[in-house]
Amino acid sequence: MSKRILAAAFGAAFAFVATSAMAGTLDEVKKKGFVTCGVSQGLAGFSLPDDKGEWTGFDVDFCRSIAAAIFNDAKKVKFTPLSSQARFTALQSGEVDLLSRNTTWTMGRDTSLGLMFAGTTYYDGQGFMVKKSLNVKSALELSGASVCTQTGTTTEQNLADYFRSKNMKYEVVSFEKQADVDKAYESGRCDVYTTDQSGLYAVRLTLANPDDHVILPEIISKEPLALTVRQGDDVWFSVVKWVYFATVNAEELGVTSKNADEMLKSTNPEIQRLVGATDKFGEGIGLTNAWAYQAIKLVGNYGEIFERNLGPSTRLKIARGVNALWKNGGLQYGPPIR
Amino acid sequence: MTITTEVSPQSSDSQGDKIFWWNDPRIRGFILQGAMLLAVVLVFSTAIYTANSNLDNHHNARGFGFLDNRAGFDLAQALVDYPKDATYGRALLVGFLNTALVAVFGILFATILGFIAGIARLSKNAVISTIAMVYVETVRNVPLLLQMLFWYVGVLQVLPAPRNSFQPITGSVFLNNRGLFIPQVSFTGMTGWGILFGLVLGIVAAVIMSKWATARQLRTGAQFPAFWVGLALILALPIIGFVITGANYTTNFPIKSTFNLSGGMRVIPEFMALVLALTLYTGVFIAEIVRSGILSVSYGQSEACHALGLTNGQTLRLVVIPQAMRVIIPPLTNQYLNVTKNSSLAVAIGYPDLVYVGGTVLNQSGQAIEVIALWMLVYLGTSVTTATLMNWYNQRNAIVER
Repeated sequence: MSKRILAAAFGAAFAFVATSAMAGTLDEVKKKGFVTCGVSQGLAGFSLPDDKGEWTGFDVDFCRSIAAAIFNDAKKVKFTPLSSQARFTALQSGEVDLLSRNTTWTMGRDTSLGLMFAGTTYYDGQGFMVKKSLNVKSALELSGASVCTQTGTTTEQNLADYFRSKNMKYEVVSFEKQADVDKAYESGRCDVYTTDQSGLYAVRLTLANPDDHVILPEIISKEPLALTVRQGDDVWFSVVKWVYFATVNAEELGVTSKNADEMLKSTNPEIQRLVGATDKFGEGIGLTNAWAYQAIKLVGNYGEIFERNLGPSTRLKIARGVNALWKNGGLQYGPPIR
Repeated sequence: MTITTEVSPQSSDSQGDKIFWWNDPRIRGFILQGAMLLAVVLVFSTAIYTANSNLDNHHNARGFGFLDNRAGFDLAQALVDYPKDATYGRALLVGFLNTALVAVFGILFATILGFIAGIARLSKNAVISTIAMVYVETVRNVPLLLQMLFWYVGVLQVLPAPRNSFQPITGSVFLNNRGLFIPQVSFTGMTGWGILFGLVLGIVAAVIMSKWATARQLRTGAQFPAFWVGLALILALPIIGFVITGANYTTNFPIKSTFNLSGGMRVIPEFMALVLALTLYTGVFIAEIVRSGILSVSYGQSEACHALGLTNGQTLRLVVIPQAMRVIIPPLTNQYLNVTKNSSLAVAIGYPDLVYVGGTVLNQSGQAIEVIALWMLVYLGTSVTTATLMNWYNQRNAIVER
């Protein structure tokens, strides 16, 4: 009898192990018919549901580009809002296929958390916001202040480093949810709000009187916000990475959502390779050769995505700055498709 | 296997006819339990093996070595030194002490409030009993998390800014949306030791005096105001100690600075909200436990006391409560455990307790299984310690039956 139990238990053990070995994310995504994308819990310009309940924003659009490249349908995305603290566990456990969630690329996360960063969609840096009435002109005047921030972020660590290296005293007040941080800052529980500068612009818009708050000039850190996938799935890593590069290359080559169809007939060999008119680069990453054409046609190139969500025509009015193309003096640079 | 050789030959010898070993209930019991144990071990080892192989697939770090890595984040409240190069282990210790602090204050205040409310609900005075009833019925029907948010967001965050603080005692006690500020008194030189010595001496003297008073009352019937004399001893001896060691002390008053008040002692609003919510919520359940305990003592006992000429207070203190305690203590233990466990809701209002700090550590190090194991171990340890203390107290109070 015990032999039979033993056999059954071993069988169960093998079954466990077998299911634990993961199939490729791309195959799984194709099978279920949509991409599961981890986004932030509501950050204007980056990821926020609009009045119809549709997710919009810069981070959201990169999820849509990936869906468009795979399914030729930008709507085949399921968005999962995640707190800073929950995001990595959600990705590691397979709850989401990728994070497009203002996540800073750091060496520690890259090497010991089992993550891979597939490309920096937005180059940012940490800043400070204070009430105008405090009459503070520089972050160096903040000694003794209470500072609000979110737990589980690089922000929290940069803050500690900055104040300590400058020998300034401060009190940290941190919450897991961004909404709680906003509330605490607005009620006056703290004097200073700190996060990535783009985030500060977004948060300021949601405050009762945006003009009563000023963002200080100091940027105290490098925050390359990157698309994040699980380690150990190279195919999926390539898909995410190259969809992002395709949007950057498309901007450089002047391919937009509006002229994508005409560009199919372009004689420029670089454009021909991008839109899949020649060669078979799409098949190389397990997609169709029209992958980049679909992504650009349905969602747009990097410049379009930036302008639509963050640029001067939006309420955020963020300049391209370091996020301009490399040939315009910025850092956005797509390796060639060839 | 040794059992097989012992039992079955005996039984077959004495009975004379053949009884197979699988018909022996003892052996069957051993085999079944062994199989069960084996199954449990297998399930656990499979789970561990699966977790291990999955962690390998995900290239995650493993083990408790990460506790020695630098934490690199700050905490709003630390009871022990928390330097800038503190480790994750140190951060978790700070979190645990913050949890313990909330639990101790929560248990203390909830017990006091619960006893008062429980007795008040049984009062013959309609106003008092109605107030107690309204308190119990409203507070116990609102979820604890909502109450916590109410105190934090609804009450403490709408207090004035530091510049316009409430000053219950002008110039020394400040209340604002950054917390409660009180002057800090520190004793210098020998004075601190003098006070401590006086206090210890006072407590010892009070205990001896109370034993003597009880013995005298048993012998002669004469009463002695033991409570008041004891209180006087405990208060007076530290003061004498303070005076004869030279009364050296410094005070540190909170003063306004650029952003906030500096100096003095400070209670952060997160802590206040947490203790308030835990006290009021747990106080309700303790009130009901106390009420049920008192009602379990037959009313005839109170009548008998009154007939003997005892006052209401004496009846309660000497006759009713000691018997009610036997009914009160076991469920009270549950409430004490609940305070500790419920304090983990602190994460919602940003109080750096063990769960909050652990969450940050988990996020930074990525070692979910290790951090969750630590959480479980610490809460289990705290609960078992509390329960053991309460069981010991319960045994002392239980009826000794012969």
